Amino acid sequence: MSKLILILALAGTIAACSSPIKLSEVSVEDKSGQASVAMKTLTPATTAAAGDKKSNVATLDTTAGAKSSTGTDALAAANARTIYFEFDSFAIRPEYQAIIETHARNLKVNKNQRISIDGHTDERGGREYNLALGQKRADAVRKALSLLGVADTQMESVSFGKEKPASTGDSEMAMEKNRRAEIVIR
Amino acid sequence: MTKFLLSLAIMFMGNHAFAQFRVEVSGAGLTQLPIAIAPFKGNEGMTQKIAAIVQADLERSGQFRSVDSAGAVLDENSRPDLPNWRKQGADALLTGSVTRVGDDRYELRFRLWDSVRMQDLGGQSHAAPAAELRRVAHRIADSVYEKLTGEKGVFATRIAYVTKSASIYNLWVADSDGESAQSALRSVEPIISPSWSPNGNQLAYVSFESRKPVVYVHDVDTGKRRLVANFKGSNSAPAWSPDGKTLALTLSRDGGSQLFVLDVGSSSAEPRRLATSTAIDTEPVFTADGRFIYFVSDRGGSPQIYKIPAAGGTAERITFTGGYNISPTLSPDGRWLAYISRVAGAFKLHIQDLGTGQVLALTETLADENPSFAPNGRMIIYATQQQGREALMTSTIDGKVKARLAGQSGDLREPDWGPLIPQ
Repeated sequence: MSKLILILALAGTIAACSSPIKLSEVSVEDKSGQASVAMKTLTPATTAAAGDKKSNVATLDTTAGAKSSTGTDALAAANARTIYFEFDSFAIRPEYQAIIETHARNLKVNKNQRISIDGHTDERGGREYNLALGQKRADAVRKALSLLGVADTQMESVSFGKEKPASTGDSEMAMEKNRRAEIVIR
Repeated sequence: MTKFLLSLAIMFMGNHAFAQFRVEVSGAGLTQLPIAIAPFKGNEGMTQKIAAIVQADLERSGQFRSVDSAGAVLDENSRPDLPNWRKQGADALLTGSVTRVGDDRYELRFRLWDSVRMQDLGGQSHAAPAAELRRVAHRIADSVYEKLTGEKGVFATRIAYVTKSASIYNLWVADSDGESAQSALRSVEPIISPSWSPNGNQLAYVSFESRKPVVYVHDVDTGKRRLVANFKGSNSAPAWSPDGKTLALTLSRDGGSQLFVLDVGSSSAEPRRLATSTAIDTEPVFTADGRFIYFVSDRGGSPQIYKIPAAGGTAERITFTGGYNISPTLSPDGRWLAYISRVAGAFKLHIQDLGTGQVLALTETLADENPSFAPNGRMIIYATQQQGREALMTSTIDGKVKARLAGQSGDLREPDWGPLIPQ
């Protein structure tokens, strides 16, 4: 008798595949030999994904016509406008004073000239904290130029953190090349 | 303590052929609920294997261990032989079916059984097009998780992350397992620090596309966005207040990296200074009640995590172990603080019990970054380096169960775990 109920239940299952039969109406036999219990209804999910607006993402593509700014300019050009820093340091070493003085002179003569001072770090550590460290380097160069009489309105110090390494790789030599501030004429 | 490592590799067909899902279990003293998940009837021959997706979700949570169900022919209408499943080690059994009900329309049904108490724990039915089947599978995993643990599941949530591949940066919105990723933004310049709005509709992030860091708020559904912080200097580290009305962020416009709050509702809002220091202050994050902001500062000589009232006031130092602690993220219940700490030159994910101050290192990797709590506070997603590539991982808050997320090719970084999606 109980076997028959099971067969009927399975038949009901197959029927359920094509018709919207309520699952609660399907009686089920208990193979474990215990008393058969009425199966709980399958709750229709209110979250039916069909109406799930969360699945749509519109893509915004800003790459058309855009060209990546170089983090790896030719070294010769870079030398005249790049100040390198020691590990965990924001102090401008004496050998870079000449570069800063050259830029200060030019900026004081050309009052309409604007520059960006881009701070960079090596790849160690978090992106946001490195952004702040790079900012400190850029600010150090901005202050040095300011002390030489360059107007604040001509300068903007910003940071790229570790996002634009000049040299890839994790050798100490590569990381030295990355701890830098670049003076970029706008 | 001797640590032993047990690796389980589960291969299944995902969106990409042979997407690999890998769960690592380490350490003793794990209590995991053994569950058998029968293949969903009618799912044969389909790309998305519902049972495999549910199984991967549950295993990644660390709360479940799967029991082999190979060969089981069951669906939600079957009355399973529970004593036999119990004998095979399964305390719970999930059965279900996939039925095609129209052109690109499927019905997924499932039923959960408790083989210890011999009980039917109920089930559900979901209707969805083929493209939504993964999402439904995550919903099913959430139902099972909630039924068996009593806590909210987070599998049907979304994550955001950034990839760099061949000099192109993409900001992706994906399922919590990294799959079904859709690009929200494509750029030739870096994108960092995506942060979900509390309602899960918008992402704030830092973009370098104007050759400096600026902050956008981007509506994910429409792709429309607004430049909210483009002040002189650098604009970075956006973090939403729990009411979604303000962003805390780092601006260098007045000199140095300093914390501000900005009203995001108004386009002419002036940022209000939150704290003033001569040091670096950055990486703000609100507590769930909105009353405090945790942040990173090197005011004490090295980067450490501090806490300040959201209305401004005196900062209190929170981390004392180690000389470099950054990137704070808080569990929604406020009990846990996860962050990255430098230990012997390596950057490792740590978690601190804010009640006791006790700190635990969660990882063995060397370059962990940017942790973000799951909205139920039970898992953390973070970026790390594996085999020379940047990859996304999840870890349970005890560090015992970790999984590398599938996803796009290239370097995967900057994950942010989105909120629970209202049902």
